[in-house]
Amino acid sequence: MPKNLTIIIVEKDRDRALQIVDGLNASGDHAITVLSEESGLARRIAALDPDVVLIDMASPSRDALEELALASGPMDRPVAMFVDHSDGALTKAAIEAGVSAYVVNGLQQERLTPILDAAITRFHMVSRMRSELAATRRALEERKTIDRAKGILMKARGVSEDEAYALLRKAAMDQGRKLAEVAEALVSTAGLLS
Amino acid sequence: MTYTLPTGYIPLTDAAPLIIARSLGFDEEEGLHLELHRAPSWATLRDYLAMGRVEAAHLLAPLPIAAALGLGGAAQPLEVLSVLSLNGTVIGVSPGLAHLMRGNGYRFDFADARAAGEALFALDQPLRVGVPFPFSMHAELLFYWLDALGLPADRRPTIHTVPPPLMAEAMAKGEIDAFCVGEPWGTISVENGVGELLLPGQAIWQSAPEKVLATRHGWADRHPDLAGRLIRCLWRAGRWLGDAQNMTTCAEILSRPEHLGVSPDLIDRALSGRLVVSPRGEIRQADRFVAFFDGAATFPWQSQAAWIGVQLARRHGRDPVKSAQAAQAVFRADLHRHHLSQVTRSLPGASAKVEGALSHASALGSENGRLILPPDSFFDGRIFDPERVT
Repeated sequence: MPKNLTIIIVEKDRDRALQIVDGLNASGDHAITVLSEESGLARRIAALDPDVVLIDMASPSRDALEELALASGPMDRPVAMFVDHSDGALTKAAIEAGVSAYVVNGLQQERLTPILDAAITRFHMVSRMRSELAATRRALEERKTIDRAKGILMKARGVSEDEAYALLRKAAMDQGRKLAEVAEALVSTAGLLS
Repeated sequence: MTYTLPTGYIPLTDAAPLIIARSLGFDEEEGLHLELHRAPSWATLRDYLAMGRVEAAHLLAPLPIAAALGLGGAAQPLEVLSVLSLNGTVIGVSPGLAHLMRGNGYRFDFADARAAGEALFALDQPLRVGVPFPFSMHAELLFYWLDALGLPADRRPTIHTVPPPLMAEAMAKGEIDAFCVGEPWGTISVENGVGELLLPGQAIWQSAPEKVLATRHGWADRHPDLAGRLIRCLWRAGRWLGDAQNMTTCAEILSRPEHLGVSPDLIDRALSGRLVVSPRGEIRQADRFVAFFDGAATFPWQSQAAWIGVQLARRHGRDPVKSAQAAQAVFRADLHRHHLSQVTRSLPGASAKVEGALSHASALGSENGRLILPPDSFFDGRIFDPERVT
């Protein structure tokens, strides 16, 4: 029975971090630490002495980890970026998912693979959820703006809600713009008139 | 036929040649469409390039050389086709240190590297200095400065990697006491009241290659037509940037949210060399604070690659002679000259020179003899001869 691995996840977003921890726990009994602070990262990682560090490729803090990849760095053990390993398909999948892994002390490929697989799956899932959430938020914002634009038109031109909507729709078609953009333009300039 | 070329950059003032080439259509003039990808960190941009997600990238000049020496996390060998910018970095200190230095009579002239170093190290405080990346001109200039000042090992500051967007925060939290960073991040530290600018990078070395255009090893030889278009469109963008009249327009374009997303007047300071050095609004003028074109600024001098290679080798226990050779091979002066031969004759005939030998702008023999090289001195007057590395 190989010893359990010590894994560090660098992630600011708590929900996202928990998702990834869940995914990794399903792949084995690991000691997992989440670091959410961006500052002093290299020092804190060195103190925890992990086997694997997982970090979002989109995080600017990746550059701080690069320091660890130097043999003369604060952690006197070799740290390799996972992309150095030979498994091209897995590396590609990791980059697609936006996860980067730093492997300490030449951890064997067969021990790393299940962890990365799990991380890749979770990173995909979380980014899907994120884009869905962003889309929902945007839709809500747009609806609010359109409602306010309708209100302005109803008041200014003394028309019904349906007629106000039709006016906006027609303006959008005539100008070849999105309804939400026309509404936004109206709302943002209407204040100047009153 | 227009070729689309995915190209990566980090949102910094010196990404201007790429952003301008795309925004003003210098790429289309060469039948190229630069599809720009903004990257979150140097490590990620390097990996995008290594894995083929982008074909070309705006990189720190020492990064491809470190890769050639097997340092850091890059296995893929890279090549440099052009230099994108010279100089453009700043060294800054915390307001607390600045106050102490002022109290001792130091005037913050933003010019004299020896005086600045002596004033800073006379405080005799333990210092932590942030740099953006372990393989960066920021780190190289700092190490050179410390070496030349002759500080004993126990009085040397420690150098830490801090991503530029977090530099101001690290200063505010007191995790670092000083920094060497590219614009607009030094200026942003001043704006946030957490830093005061001590020196421009060029006070240490007057002509330091800062950012380069890198591709995977062998790419430019396999795609000579594309490489030529790429080198030429960036040269044209550089020529536009070299005209001082275009600086305001440049600052406006860089400030757009899809690029730097920073107010244009902050970007303008680096482009014009008129930097606000303290939160009290003191202004210092630095000529050639960042250079994109004049004096063959785009030319990848192999001697500059060798200088970087030797510095890295000494610090990481590698053989300096072999490292200098490996580094020179990374800077493709031959390809740069070849692909620009149709558009300009003002390129150096040689691929290497003695670095640090020019204390004043000097004429150099080029094909038509009109090339004026800018001064390239090191602040301590040393010279670096790539033929005499030991």
